[in-house]
Amino acid sequence: MQELINIFVKAIFVENMIFAYFLGMCSYLAVSKKVETGVGLGLAVIFVLGITVPANYLLQNYVLAEGALAWLSPDLASVDLSFLSFILFIAIIASMVQLVEMAVEKFAPALYNSLGIFLPLIAVNCAILGGSLFMQERNYANITEASVFGLGSGVGWFLAIVAIAAIREKIQYSDVPKPLKGLGITFIITGLMGIAFMSFMGIKL
Amino acid sequence: MKVLHNFLERLKPNFEKGGKLAKYWPVYDGFATFLFVPGHPVHRGGAHIRDGIDLKRTMNTVITALIPALLFGMWNTGYQHYLALGIDATFLEQFIFGAIKVLPLVIVSYAVGLGTEFFFCVIRGHQINEGYLVSGMLIPLIMPVDLPLWMLALSVIFAVVIGKEVFGGTGMNIFNPALLARAFAFFAYPAYMSGDTVWVNVSTSAGQAVVDGFSGATALGTLATTGTTVFSAWDAFVGTIPGSIGETSVIAILLGAGILLFTGIGSWRIMLSALLGGAAMGLIFNAVAPYALSEVQQQFMAVPYWHQLILGGFAFGIVFMATDPVSGSQTDTGKWIYGFLIGFLAIMIRVFNPAYPEGVMLAILFMNTMAPLIDHYVVQANVKRRKNRILSQGSI
Repeated sequence: MQELINIFVKAIFVENMIFAYFLGMCSYLAVSKKVETGVGLGLAVIFVLGITVPANYLLQNYVLAEGALAWLSPDLASVDLSFLSFILFIAIIASMVQLVEMAVEKFAPALYNSLGIFLPLIAVNCAILGGSLFMQERNYANITEASVFGLGSGVGWFLAIVAIAAIREKIQYSDVPKPLKGLGITFIITGLMGIAFMSFMGIKL
Repeated sequence: MKVLHNFLERLKPNFEKGGKLAKYWPVYDGFATFLFVPGHPVHRGGAHIRDGIDLKRTMNTVITALIPALLFGMWNTGYQHYLALGIDATFLEQFIFGAIKVLPLVIVSYAVGLGTEFFFCVIRGHQINEGYLVSGMLIPLIMPVDLPLWMLALSVIFAVVIGKEVFGGTGMNIFNPALLARAFAFFAYPAYMSGDTVWVNVSTSAGQAVVDGFSGATALGTLATTGTTVFSAWDAFVGTIPGSIGETSVIAILLGAGILLFTGIGSWRIMLSALLGGAAMGLIFNAVAPYALSEVQQQFMAVPYWHQLILGGFAFGIVFMATDPVSGSQTDTGKWIYGFLIGFLAIMIRVFNPAYPEGVMLAILFMNTMAPLIDHYVVQANVKRRKNRILSQGSI
């Protein structure tokens, strides 16, 4: 249990996808003009990460990793398919995103319209693939740990996009120098938020 | 004063539109309004209720509130120095030594900060305002006394340019500039901003030596590494302990807090809720201390909750930094949440994160990033509530 909490908190704060690795920046920058759409996209990312990381975990441990196919027949114990992991991870992610897109379109058409192209683009959001690749690299012990990590990374990304969206709504009234308006100031704020998030670096529970 | 005023009036045409120095109007304006209240027409008689409080008076009040901490910091710098060398010194000697060490920091902070600000005002053509006066006083107070002046200058430039001017100047920033200066120095020059050797000036002249067994570590520093501290709660309350210049004395800070609360400039909601948040986290730690992982952490968690509140920069942070009206929450409900989380996180970070025994700076910066979000949801909740009220009335 302690290990799970540790992974969760670490994924949200210490190894935040945005502020520690700067992953998934494109949709983070593009969809963060309003809090509501930020919340929508953030929830979608939590969902997709929460599903794809454990799914890819199963794929990794029962198909791709060296010797993972041994459960089929002992002859396959020496097969190593990990070179396929990029393609297969992406395939799983894309199909999950398709699912999310259909669900959002059916149940929240307004959100669907405001997210626009960025909803299908979650499929190529680096944070999502990053989550699966981190999972592969860090060798989580079981599927529970992997799903907790996926959810935690999603929550961290959600927190980041919602916070920057609120800040961007606030600085609409600021007299930002012309060359910095829009993306420039957003990059600067993101860097400063990164400093604030450094407060959690090194925390051990 | 009349002479000065006439002099300024005579110079004025040169700086006004069409004058030969019109470009430098902000500089003129900054100096002139610093000395004299700009010519508002004051209505005498009638129903014009005027309180002349403006940004300038607000800032001056905060600076007044900082003076006890500054004076105590000067004395404490000298006191710690002579204590480390084992020399008996009179009060005056201690104070003068401290003043010699501290005043350069203050001067550099103001000179560099105001210089940067003037530069931006001239380029962008907006008015100089007093935003930097408070930050310029806060920054030296939250730095260790031995910080090289050029590092201070760099941090100040970073804070003014990246923390404030890119957002459009005073009142529009997202983060507290003074804290950004400290965070910048902290992450850029960790060797000068943390550890055991930076808090007390131990420069020795001929024939002097540091006494045996001297340790310049702060109370929180030793608590984080060994789980115990040599300083009593009373020492920490009065402030005769090593630390950043202005943060050590809770008494001096309480004096400042009194001024801020009396004039209504600091938000009592933020101060009170931050205190509650810190106490809450302290109590939680007290309760779970026996289950801590390591012995050091166990001892650190077992420090009584009220003792946690007077250690380190906690008091200074929640009185002078968290109450910053620009970077903090703006709504009343938001202030409660914002303050509570600052206190909560500050105590949590200092115990859980052995690398940063001083958690309050980063807790406030973190909550600065979250303040607009808190405000957003407080406002939305209010909108929703009032909408429901109208709807329910309409249905009757």
